[in-house]
Amino acid sequence: MGEPGTKEVLSLEELEASVGLRTGRKHILSILVENKPGVLTRIAGLFARRGFNIDTLAVGPTDDPTLSRITLTLDGAMHPIDQVTKQLHKLVNVIKIRDLEPTETVARELALFKVSADGSTRAEVMQMVEIFRGKIIDVSKRSVIIEVTGSFDKIEAFERMVRPFGLIEMARTGEIAISRGRGET
Amino acid sequence: MRAVDAIMECLKAEGVDVVFGYPGGANLPTYDAFVDAGIRHVLVRHEAGGGHAAEGYAKASGRVGVVFATSGPGATNIVTPLTDAMMDSVPLVAFTGQVRTELLGTDGFQEADTFGITMPIVKHSFVIQHPTEIPRVVHEAFHIARTGRPGPVLIDIPQDLSRAEIDYQPVEDVHLPGYQPTLDGNSKQIRLAAKALANARRPVLYAGGGVISAQASEELTELARSGNFPVTCTLMGLGAFPAPDQQWLGMLGMHGTRAANYAMDEADLIVAIGARFDDRITGKLSEFAPRAKFIHIDIDPAEISKNVPAHIPIVGDAKRILARLVGEYRALEPDAARLTGWWERIEHWRSQHPLRYDDSADSEIKPQYLVEALYKATNDGDCILSSDVGQHQMWAAQYFHFKGPRRWINSGGLGTMGFGLPAAIGAAIACPDVPSVLLTGDGSFQMNIQELGTAKQFDVPVKCVIMDNGYLGMVRQWQELFWDRRYSNVEMGSYPDWVKLAEAYGAHGVLLQDKTTLVEDLRTALATPGPVVVDVKVTREENTYPMIAPGAAAREMVG
Ligand SMILES: Cc1cc2nc3c(=O)[nH]c(=O)nc-3n(C[C@H](O)[C@H](O)[C@H](O)COP(=O)(O)OP(=O)(O)OC[C@H]3O[C@@H](n4cnc5c(N)ncnc54)[C@H](O)[C@@H]3O)c2cc1C
Ligand SMILES: Cc1ncc(C[n+]2csc(CCOP(=O)(O)OP(=O)(O)O)c2C)c(N)n1
Ligand SMILES: [Mg+2]
Repeated sequence: MGEPGTKEVLSLEELEASVGLRTGRKHILSILVENKPGVLTRIAGLFARRGFNIDTLAVGPTDDPTLSRITLTLDGAMHPIDQVTKQLHKLVNVIKIRDLEPTETVARELALFKVSADGSTRAEVMQMVEIFRGKIIDVSKRSVIIEVTGSFDKIEAFERMVRPFGLIEMARTGEIAISRGRGET
Repeated sequence: MRAVDAIMECLKAEGVDVVFGYPGGANLPTYDAFVDAGIRHVLVRHEAGGGHAAEGYAKASGRVGVVFATSGPGATNIVTPLTDAMMDSVPLVAFTGQVRTELLGTDGFQEADTFGITMPIVKHSFVIQHPTEIPRVVHEAFHIARTGRPGPVLIDIPQDLSRAEIDYQPVEDVHLPGYQPTLDGNSKQIRLAAKALANARRPVLYAGGGVISAQASEELTELARSGNFPVTCTLMGLGAFPAPDQQWLGMLGMHGTRAANYAMDEADLIVAIGARFDDRITGKLSEFAPRAKFIHIDIDPAEISKNVPAHIPIVGDAKRILARLVGEYRALEPDAARLTGWWERIEHWRSQHPLRYDDSADSEIKPQYLVEALYKATNDGDCILSSDVGQHQMWAAQYFHFKGPRRWINSGGLGTMGFGLPAAIGAAIACPDVPSVLLTGDGSFQMNIQELGTAKQFDVPVKCVIMDNGYLGMVRQWQELFWDRRYSNVEMGSYPDWVKLAEAYGAHGVLLQDKTTLVEDLRTALATPGPVVVDVKVTREENTYPMIAPGAAAREMVG
């Protein structure tokens, strides 16, 4: 295409718009925010107002006490991600947003599962826990509580495996993530 | 000093000379501080009036408008002006009182969650937690309101904290790590835009309210002149390019001209400048400007490609970008003759489809005629014209010509009836040397009519012209066109008697219903000192045309 700055002719035909991309994959946004009143409400409100769905959301402190990190995941098939991040950037208390590249990111989620386990199934359940490198953190007569840490997919897989034994309840934190390498996320 | 006295110091440091507001329990300390502050406070008759007056002040002057309200009902009364300012990108700072901190969350007397209620309708908001943070917050609020894409900022102050003694130190700078608007456009993109313009055969400049915010009318005009480009403006951009003019196509969009809408439809390159592709412009999105590539210049990155994908996005301040774009374009020495065919096409539309209406043969006043008469009576638009919302607003946009920026003040994004009178008061206060004229509707005027009291008390010589059709005319039109003329609750009756009402407020009132003397009668009314109300009876059932039906394409313009 006609280089800017030269007199070479530019054909309008060559111009392409690249936007509103629906990437079709899951996105993990790591959002650094100031610890100011209402910051989480602002983000949640923005998503609700603009019709963006949050799949998971995790909030916690960072190494800097004035800042928090919000990690949220959303579906890039449903939303133009650039519009989501641009709207988020307009919030004055949002310092930085990273749309983390899956291959350059370590993401983990913690999940707790309460599974029925009586004498006949207990051994099988424990084996499953072993395979997923989970931990049994509480045992009662007819159930166990299992802690599993891992990627979203691993948690989902574990859930599928234990469900047949009788999944009584489950609690998940949503993923938190950090970029690989020396640089800050 | 008390925190409230520090607020006054901060206001003065920000150059604030006038504020609009209304007192109550939760902001009593602030009102005490006004006694000695040396800042002019205009006591409105309703907080909504205060908010809109601050908007009118801001739109007319380019400075930040300031409004004060008490907690609870005072704060909820400014919800509409805040939303209006958000939609139209108007720089405002609103101070609301709040109940004492010990009462917060207890449903205390006049407690409302102002911070929560207003969160989605402000550019940013602050809730004061320590009195010492007040000075910094005030300056941050002004900074955020006026820079980048302007907008409303709210500061909610619990009563006890506003009274606290603080050690006031002037604040020299603001530091907002999460807020750094981009001002300079990317050079490469600007050069690319110049090249695209140089190669376009059917270009259109589509300018919006952002050109006015950016004070970039001169640069826009310069760009238009440099390439003999046709220009159209949105409702909010009127005045950004001087009208009438050979290169001026008129407003575009739902009630725009055919020339403007057809030019957008056939354009090969559209340069959007501080305009946000509202649905009143695009109509049916899939058929909007189907042949065009888009250069989009906007200070808000989120606007770019929000509704219409941009081919050459340029984020930054329109003034800076346009100035450089003109230079880059000229350097390419493009052949001006390439636009000859395009101008012939445009001339054809202009001559075939000028704005037109069937004038009356007798003394009846057609609403469009009233706008033309008002234009003449103001010496070809030598005034700031404010309007309300409805048919009269559209006819004003069509038939009044705006020679420069900040001469046209109206509510576009929210379309707030009742905006007009307080906004015209704010404009008159901001620009005392320019006549402030309001063209309103008989419906809209009643939504903030109480502000006539403000105008009288503070001697604001606002001239209110009512286009009196006895209808909520715009809604009536839609019922006629799209709901089989089944009129439902749009007839207003002939109340009140406007002349008597004006007189009750100590204003001058006059009734006009004769077309033959209208221009002269308007001149006389406008020349009458003080606030004036002119009731002009117009044809009752006239429709605003041309029109693109909602959701239709530009090609399907009717009327
Ligand atoms: C009854 C009724 C009928 C209407 N009919 C029409 C119609 O026929 N035609 C029409 O045009 N409108 C019409 N409107 C108005 C319409 O609803 C929108 O308000 C209007 O089109 C928006 O104008 P705009 O695109 O100029 O954007 P604005 O709302 O004025 O927004 C300004 C844009 O400029 C950007 N900006 C701000 N500052 C800068 C800067 N310094 N540099 C660069 N960019 C900046 C902002 O980010 C924003 O994107 C109507 C409204 C009503 C109530
Ligand atoms: C606060 C508010 N309520 C309702 C509307 C919907 N509305 C838009 S135009 C209009 C009629 C306005 O009537 P009038 O002020 O007499 O103006 P006209 O159209 O007759 O010129 C109405 C009710 C609105 N825009 N604002
Ligand atoms: Mg009316």
